[in-house]
Amino acid sequence: MASTHGPDPAGLLTCAGLGKRFGAHAALADLDLTLQAGEFVCLLGPSGCGKSTLLRLIAGFETPSAGTIRLGGADITADPPHRRPVNMMFQSYALFPHMSVAANIAYGLSGLRRAARQARVDELLRLVRLDGFGPRPPDTLSGGQRQRVALARALARSPRVLLLDEPLGALDRALREETQGELRALQRRLGTGFIVVTHDPAEALALADRIGVMDRGRLVQIGDGASLYERPANRFVAGLLGDVNLIPGRVSARDPAGLARLDTALGPLRAGGAAEGEGIIALRPERIALARVPSEDGPDLAGQVVETTFLGDRIRIQVRLADGTVWRVSAPTDADAPAVGETVHLSYPPERAWLMPAEA
Amino acid sequence: MRALDRLALILGLGFLYAPILILVVYSFNASALVTVWGGFSTRWYGVLVADVPLREAAGVSLAVALASAALATVFGTLAALALDRGGRFAGRRLFTGLIYAPLVMPEVITGLSLLLLFVGFGLDRGLLTLVVAHATLGLGFVAVIVGARLRGLDRSLEEAAADLGAHPGRVFATVTLPLIAPSLAAAFLLAFTLSLDDLVIASFVSGPGATTLPMRLYSQVRLGVNPEINAASTLLVGTVTALVLTASWLTGRKGVA
Repeated sequence: MASTHGPDPAGLLTCAGLGKRFGAHAALADLDLTLQAGEFVCLLGPSGCGKSTLLRLIAGFETPSAGTIRLGGADITADPPHRRPVNMMFQSYALFPHMSVAANIAYGLSGLRRAARQARVDELLRLVRLDGFGPRPPDTLSGGQRQRVALARALARSPRVLLLDEPLGALDRALREETQGELRALQRRLGTGFIVVTHDPAEALALADRIGVMDRGRLVQIGDGASLYERPANRFVAGLLGDVNLIPGRVSARDPAGLARLDTALGPLRAGGAAEGEGIIALRPERIALARVPSEDGPDLAGQVVETTFLGDRIRIQVRLADGTVWRVSAPTDADAPAVGETVHLSYPPERAWLMPAEA
Repeated sequence: MRALDRLALILGLGFLYAPILILVVYSFNASALVTVWGGFSTRWYGVLVADVPLREAAGVSLAVALASAALATVFGTLAALALDRGGRFAGRRLFTGLIYAPLVMPEVITGLSLLLLFVGFGLDRGLLTLVVAHATLGLGFVAVIVGARLRGLDRSLEEAAADLGAHPGRVFATVTLPLIAPSLAAAFLLAFTLSLDDLVIASFVSGPGATTLPMRLYSQVRLGVNPEINAASTLLVGTVTALVLTASWLTGRKGVA
């Protein structure tokens, strides 16, 4: 059970060509995912995108319709849940209501002798800062405490991979942010591979080494937060991770630096990215500079301010451009913000705009 | 308007319970005549205790109720588990209907068909046939009660147990069973009660030496009502009431979930 293996070139956990059908509905299709030892991966996507199904396949509660799951080199696709060195923390926590906190945590430790089991339970209670809560029944605990019991129980068997289904979903906002940090620190300390399912992009960005974005049963893109934010694979990923302006166009040329030149309704615009043919430029609001005079180089993107919104740490300015589209621009609050109705000129560094293929 | 409501309630309850109340009151009648009040006495309870055939019938009833309720609980629970956990096996809906049908089947039909079955198998009618018949009667009720509890059970609890290394047998013994235990107890008590007060089916499938308390009371009443019957009936009503109240408390209790 102890995970003393070194880094595995093939990854700790490998899903290959994984698919799951429920009748005519494909909940998951042709999914490849590799988790490195000690890595923290978040699966991000809207409800029904298949992220929970993937977790249940790895845990063994569902049998895949296609593909294999390997853990440390061994094929575990056909193993029942109780034989997999993988543990899961449930969204509902699934604490046994007829057992004490200590008995819940000790449930997976039936192979140990009484003294060793007791020592391990005490160790885990300390780990989640619940010393002395052992004899309490779970329903006398607060939501945050129950969440920590569920975490301790899932960690009791020192799993090679811990699966967490919306681990912070039931907590209120303040507690959630505090717990994010704790979860992250705990994972670093234990070195266990974590796969967390969440629908909250901010949570995924705060927690994960890598984020896998899922949509309609497919893994659309996987990478670290910055690369997903700066170089989204499609408009779904772009919109999921933050506010974005989308400008459709057609690639007409490439300049020596590799930047694409697109014909758009606003004239020729440039962006990074390898897509060809019909494309969409993803432009983050904070990448756009706003000025009262036209910029020296680049196209003149003049527009009229239609709305400004003060958001505390920044100002959101909406600008209607010549073709009628409205761009959202994010400006620092100390800037001299234009008034509604004023004409402004927008510019952006083309290497900070990202070209995505139009389809998908 | 409110007074009218209250009146309707009193009349309704009176209609339901006045006969039973009269029965109970007259069981403490000192007079030998059923309809003439002769003062308070417990003499008929004394007579009852001394009545060997009646006592034997009560013994038969209790034994049959215990055995049949135990059988009904085991098989009804298995049926409920199969219906809840079996997935979408062929004929699942039909099977569900078949389990529930005896609940609404007229007892005369159940009794008659069981009688034909036992005769067909060449079984001598007696305690065994009575136990089997009552187990059949109770099984459907057990399946309904336990099935409702199983449907209300959070499946992730069982998944969590399996995830923590418990094989299916341990999951059932340590998680499923403790969590559905109150409904098992309630179902057992209901099956026990159904067996205890059944007269119709027992009349069909019982044989010599296996006369239940309701059968005994019924045959005595045909010879004329005496206060001893009232006393016996009062005890039966008391037992059944206690069991039904316990059963409903067990099912209604929020308990562990």
